[in-house]
Amino acid sequence: MAYINHEVVERQMTKRRVKNTVFKNIFLGATLLALLALVILLYRMITQGAGYVSFDFLQNFSSRFPEKAGVFAGLVGSLAMLAVVAPVSLLLGVGAAIYLEEYAKKSKLTTFIQMNISNLAGVPSIVFGLLGLTIFVRMLGMGKSILAAGLTMSLLILPVIIVAAQEAIRSVPGSLREASYGMGATKWQTIRKVVLPAAIPGVLTGSILALSRAIGETAPLVVIGIPVIVQFLPAGVLSEFTALPMLIFDWAKRPQEEFQYVAAAGILVLMVLLIFMNSIAVFIRNKFQNRY
Amino acid sequence: MKLVSQKREKSLDVQQMIADKKKKGLGRKAEKIVPVLLFITAAVSVLTTIGIVFTLIFETVEFFRRVSFLEYITGTEWLPFAGDPSYGVLPLVIGTLKVTGIAIIVAVPLGLAVAIYLSEFASDKVRRLIKPILEVLAGVPTIVYGFFALTFVTPMLQKVFPSLEIFNALSPGIIIGIMILPTIASLSEDALSSVPNAMREGAFGLGSTKFEVALKVVLPAALSGVLASIVLAMSRAIGETMIVSLAGGSTPLFNFDVEGSIQTMTAYIVQVSTGDAGYGTTIYYSIYAVGFTLFIFTLMMNLIAGWISKKFREEY
Repeated sequence: MAYINHEVVERQMTKRRVKNTVFKNIFLGATLLALLALVILLYRMITQGAGYVSFDFLQNFSSRFPEKAGVFAGLVGSLAMLAVVAPVSLLLGVGAAIYLEEYAKKSKLTTFIQMNISNLAGVPSIVFGLLGLTIFVRMLGMGKSILAAGLTMSLLILPVIIVAAQEAIRSVPGSLREASYGMGATKWQTIRKVVLPAAIPGVLTGSILALSRAIGETAPLVVIGIPVIVQFLPAGVLSEFTALPMLIFDWAKRPQEEFQYVAAAGILVLMVLLIFMNSIAVFIRNKFQNRY
Repeated sequence: MKLVSQKREKSLDVQQMIADKKKKGLGRKAEKIVPVLLFITAAVSVLTTIGIVFTLIFETVEFFRRVSFLEYITGTEWLPFAGDPSYGVLPLVIGTLKVTGIAIIVAVPLGLAVAIYLSEFASDKVRRLIKPILEVLAGVPTIVYGFFALTFVTPMLQKVFPSLEIFNALSPGIIIGIMILPTIASLSEDALSSVPNAMREGAFGLGSTKFEVALKVVLPAALSGVLASIVLAMSRAIGETMIVSLAGGSTPLFNFDVEGSIQTMTAYIVQVSTGDAGYGTTIYYSIYAVGFTLFIFTLMMNLIAGWISKKFREEY
C-alpha cells in the first residue's frame, strides 16, 4: 500500500507553490507599505515646512502673526529641559542598572523592582504628567518650571534608560570582571574601572534614544501646564519656559491656515534636532561597539 | 641592560603598598556606601510607581466625594462643562476603544505580515536594513503624527468618505495603527526568529513550502510572543494622547460612529489642562479620575501581556 498518493501530491503542488508566491508578495507588499508610510510622512513634513524655516524663524518668539512666529523660546526651552533630564535620568538610570546587575541578590525584592520597572515603562506619558503636576508643580512648589518638567520627563524615560543600561552591563563578559578581581581590585573598583567603561557605548546609545523621546514628548508638558506664549528666555531652572512640541501643538490647533505651515516648520526643526541626536547615538554605537 | 637595572632599583614592595592602601580606608568606605547609594537610585523607580498610584487615588477619592461612583462608571453622558454637569465616563471609554480598535485593525495584519516577511522570507541583509528603518516610525514624536493625521490623512479620507467630519475616529485610529506597527512587527519578529531552525527544517523535509512552514509551524510556535506584542501595542494605543487630541476632536459621544468627532480619555485630560479649570474644581479632580481609569486599563493590558508571554511560552 502506498502511503503517498503521488497523483494527489502532483495535483496540489502547483496550487501550493502559487499560494506560496502570492503570500510572499503580500508580506513584501505590507513591508513596503509600512516603509511608504514613513516616506510620505517625512516628505509631507519637509515640503510643508521647508519654505517657512528661515533664520528669522529660529530667532523669533511665538506671535499672533504667522509671519512673525518663531521657535526661539521653544528651542532654547527644550534644550534647557534636556540639560536637567540628561544628568538626572542618567545618574538614576545607570545607578539602578548597576545595582540590579552587579549588587542585587536574587531575592523577591529584586524581582519586584524589576517587574515594577517593566510596568512603569507601560504607563502612558500623560499619567506621568499628572504625577508631575501634583508632586513637582504643586506639592514641591516648583511651578511650571524647567525643573518640574525636567524631573517629570526624567521619571518618564527612566525605565527605558535602566533597561538599556542593564543590557549594556550584562553584555560585559564575566572574564573581564574576574581578571580585575584577580589583580586584587575590589568590587566597586572593578565596576568603576572595568565594567562601566566597557558598557558606556551601549549605555549612551540607549540613553540618547530615550532622551530624544523626552524632547519629542508633549502630553506631560500639556498636563503640567507649560505655557505657550513666552516672550523671554528662561533665566534659571526655576523659571517658566516653553518647549518646542508645545509650540507645535499650539500652532497646529489654530484655525488660520498659515499657522499650519508654521507648525510644519516647527516640526521640521524638531525632527532635525531628533535626527541629530539619533545620529550621535548611531555614531557612538558604530565607533565604540566592542565585540567580546 | 641599563634599563633593566634601573627598574630593579625601583622595584616595588607590593605588600607594603597593599598595607598602605588598606590604612587609608577611603576605598573601604566606598565599598560599603556605594551599594547603598545605588540601591537608592533603584528605589526611585519604585517610588515613582508609588507616587503615581497615590497621586491618582488621592485626587480620585476627592472626585468621588462630589460625584457618585455609580454615575461615573455607568453614565452615558460626559458633560463636565454643562451648567448641570454629568460625569458618566463611558463615552470617553468608547472613544478610546474606537480609536484603539481601528489602530489594531490596521496594525495587526500589517505588523504580522512585516514580521513574517522579515523573519521567514527576507535575507539577512534585507532584515538588517529594514528593521531599524521601521523602528524610526516608533521614534517619531506623537505630536508629528497628530499633525500628519489632521492635515494629511483626514483630508485624504474625506475624498473617499465625503461624510467624514474634520475631527473623527478614523484618521487618528489609522495613524495610531501606523505608530504601533513597529511594536508589533519588531517584537513578533523577535518571537518568530527565536523558533529553532530544526522545526523549520523538519517541515521543509516533509515537503512544505515556505508559506506553509511560516503559517503552520513557526507562527503557532511563536504565538505567545506574537500575542504579547499585540496586547502591548494595544496598551500603547489606549494611552496615546497627542494624535487623538489634534485629530479626534472633543465631543464625547456614546455611539459607535467612526466618522464623527469623538473624545478619548487622554484627549479629555488635555482639553482640561489647556483650558482654565481652576485648582480644586470638580473638573480639576475629574482629570485624575479619568487618568486613574486610563492607568487601570493600561496596567491590565501590560499585566496580560506579561502573563501571556510567561504562561504560553514554549520552551525549546
